[in-house]
Amino acid sequence: MAACERQPGKRVLRVKLNGRWREDAVADNLLLVDYLRDVARLTGVKTGCDGGECGACTVLVDGDAVPSCLTLAIRCENRHVETVEGLAAQGRLSRLQQAFHQKLGTQCGFCTPGMIMAAEALLRRNPSPTENEIRAALSGNLCRCTGYVKIIESVKFAAEEHHGG
Amino acid sequence: MAAEQTGSRARPGVPLIDGREKVTGKARYTADLERSGALVGRILRSPVSHGEIVRLDVSKARALDGVLAVATGEDCAIPYGVLPVAMNEYPLARERVRYRGEPIAAVAAIDAETAERALSLIEVTFNELPAYYTSGDARAPDAALLHMNKPGNLERQVHHEFGDWNRGFEEADLVREEKISCAEVNHGQIEPHACLAEYDPLTGRLTMQSVSQVIYYLHMMLARCLQMDESRIRVVKPFVGGGFGARVEVLNFEIITALLARAAQGTVFMQLSREECFLTHRARPQTDVSVKIGMRSDGRITACVCEVVQRGGAYAGYGVVTILYAGALLQGLYDIPAIKYDGYRVYTNLPPCGAMRGHGTVDTRHAFECLLDRMARELGLDPFAVRRANLLRAPARTLNGLMINSYGLPECLDSVERASGWRERKGRLPAGKGLGMACSHYVSGSAKPIHWTGEPHATVNVRLDFDGGLTALTGAADIGQGSSTIVAIAVAETLGVALERVRVIAADSAITPKDNGSYSSRVTFMVGNAAIDAAQKLKAILLEVAAQKLGAAPDNIEVAGETFRIGEGEQACLSFSDVVRAALVDRGPITVTGTFTCPEDAQGGRHKGGAVGSTMGFSYAAQVVEVSVDDATGLVSVDKVWSALDCGYAINPLAVEGQIQGAVWMGMGQALCEETRYLEGLPAHASFLEYRMPTIVESPPIEVQIVESHDPNGPFGAKEASEGALAGFPPALVNAIADAIGIDLNELPATPDRIMDALVQRRRKARLSRTPQATS
Repeated sequence: MAACERQPGKRVLRVKLNGRWREDAVADNLLLVDYLRDVARLTGVKTGCDGGECGACTVLVDGDAVPSCLTLAIRCENRHVETVEGLAAQGRLSRLQQAFHQKLGTQCGFCTPGMIMAAEALLRRNPSPTENEIRAALSGNLCRCTGYVKIIESVKFAAEEHHGG
Repeated sequence: MAAEQTGSRARPGVPLIDGREKVTGKARYTADLERSGALVGRILRSPVSHGEIVRLDVSKARALDGVLAVATGEDCAIPYGVLPVAMNEYPLARERVRYRGEPIAAVAAIDAETAERALSLIEVTFNELPAYYTSGDARAPDAALLHMNKPGNLERQVHHEFGDWNRGFEEADLVREEKISCAEVNHGQIEPHACLAEYDPLTGRLTMQSVSQVIYYLHMMLARCLQMDESRIRVVKPFVGGGFGARVEVLNFEIITALLARAAQGTVFMQLSREECFLTHRARPQTDVSVKIGMRSDGRITACVCEVVQRGGAYAGYGVVTILYAGALLQGLYDIPAIKYDGYRVYTNLPPCGAMRGHGTVDTRHAFECLLDRMARELGLDPFAVRRANLLRAPARTLNGLMINSYGLPECLDSVERASGWRERKGRLPAGKGLGMACSHYVSGSAKPIHWTGEPHATVNVRLDFDGGLTALTGAADIGQGSSTIVAIAVAETLGVALERVRVIAADSAITPKDNGSYSSRVTFMVGNAAIDAAQKLKAILLEVAAQKLGAAPDNIEVAGETFRIGEGEQACLSFSDVVRAALVDRGPITVTGTFTCPEDAQGGRHKGGAVGSTMGFSYAAQVVEVSVDDATGLVSVDKVWSALDCGYAINPLAVEGQIQGAVWMGMGQALCEETRYLEGLPAHASFLEYRMPTIVESPPIEVQIVESHDPNGPFGAKEASEGALAGFPPALVNAIADAIGIDLNELPATPDRIMDALVQRRRKARLSRTPQATS
């Protein structure tokens, strides 16, 4: 039986991924980040650390920003998981994507998907955040290029655009 | 021409040409590449800091089901390294390990679990040797040698003297000296190291995709270590998630993965953990700086003597260049009549250091600018005044032969003094708050490449085909700094076409011309100039064709907005596509080659090591930092930063601003909280929780002023913008702390424990000095 203990069980995971339901056989111990990257091939979800340190893997689960490297895939059963790939609809960048592009909130781009998803969760629950609220919402996402100045500008710009439009 | 500060405001700049891919998640970094069927590589690392490998048995790992290849030091007997003069490292240790974490063996297996299991089956025993974790211990007279050919464990010592420094000190009204120590820091690029090596046994070809900043170095070292013909190797750089110098040198894991792929006759993917990225290191060394300055009462510097000791780690890497940079860039910022520099690069049993943003110059600049401020204070001079008393005048040549063609430092000083409200606010802030300032500079590309091949220093091809699309081919690695965007702008501006017409293909050795890569802030200056040269050659062809069609002399034709015209009027113009169609008749598709080479007289002094620090153009920066210091907890918060940088001309002001903010902020991390810590060689910092980079919460607003001095040789007058502002932050912070609480801190980073120690010491001293009075 020792060999069996090493083999985690598998089950069918039903999950709504970027608006579409799908089913996959996944191991009980499969992390959401590995499910998204390796099974669903959504490689916009990044891994930048050894677990829970950098925020690059941030996705939305039922609208909440979560680090997918600390989340089991099976915990997302019957829930809605959204990644950066789901934001641009009908060939148009989302307001945050457009802002990060236009305002240079992205340099190397590696932290960007996680950063945008964390900001997306913020703007959905708080469409006009203060600068401190933006800082608090993104405090789990590390960036090494920008010094965060243009990231804050990008989120503010997206919030203002939303109101303007 | 006088530098100006307003020009760039009228030009907002453009977003990165690959920005949309990044914000949508479409950008493919190395770990995102399609790799179905690839084996997984893992590395076994040394658990001891220094030891002879007595026995290494990989037979059980090799026998494990699912293991396709095992590699050890036996598989590569050729050392590698970034400097031709200092290659003393094997991708996998041979006979001896010199730091904890050094690769010993590697496996390629069908999956990660199998690979890790295989590593656990490898048996290795060591005969441990004494290990040294500080420069002092390694330099002790009785210390065992890490490398037999390096007595005293000194990788390199430098002794440079320029001018009569003895006389300089005699002429000074004030001579002061400080010893300042700066902790080792790491690049901390967010993308972990990764590579994908595909070996095709049928053709004997190897394709390597990796996180490299310089694919040409990687190409050469793969050929060298695998003993392969260079023509059988292709190196491709996918999107790269930051570099900051971490990926200039070829890294051991890249060669190891190639060795595994060839041994397995297939494809191997290797991704390092964050802990392994810290072990791979190659960043800024722990540095002790002793600096002594002579100054007249008006602030004029008469002489400077400086000693730098760098704790380099176990192998050479970039060390020789780093220790030379630390001395060379004492010059080029101010006019200093006499300078003596002694540098010592020390081998220790720690992960090897290397190049990091501001290569070699940051800690020296920090010590110098701190001392300058303290002497100004003693003489009753304003920190700005003491800098202004020592300005250079362009054009100039420094004592060590560095060429200065443009110099916007005076305007940088004016700009941050004004923006920060220095004159009104300095000395008038509430208790616990302070203002500090400092200056810095950096090269726009090293004028002498490491490999003297006689080739141009940069080459760009531009292709034009029937579709009217312009394809610029460059070997320069875009690592997020926006180098491909600069190439696109240079081509579009020169040819008078829309930016969207230009496509840039970068860093694929099978397609793009060789480039010396992305380091020392060389790309905008050198590759930018080469791109302009290529575009001008293409423009000459197109003008010739347009002239024929319009019946005019090429000189009389103007190109703008994708239109070729002579004078005014509808009849007198041709569209870009008309001209392209005509140009391709008889010629077929066109490819032009543009080049750029730094002339001989820009390549530094004639003394040994004189090429290091040489450049065609220095960027200049000044900054003011405002801090709050909590004297109950020792916590330093940065409230605001004003930074001005002379980048010659801002080709893309948006990107220049982003680069300056990033550089200032990286300087802030080093100054405030970042440091590596080892316990008997074991890294205690090897995660982003232990290695504290500032988060968005601690990061202040950074207001940027762009100064344009219009360099005579830069592309459109431009110089670098990515590194020059970094080195000014740490001294500006420490000077601001002195202003806030009257403590002169001689250690970086300025962590709460260091601030508290200094405060406690001051209280103790004050108590002691009061005691005799109390008893009398």
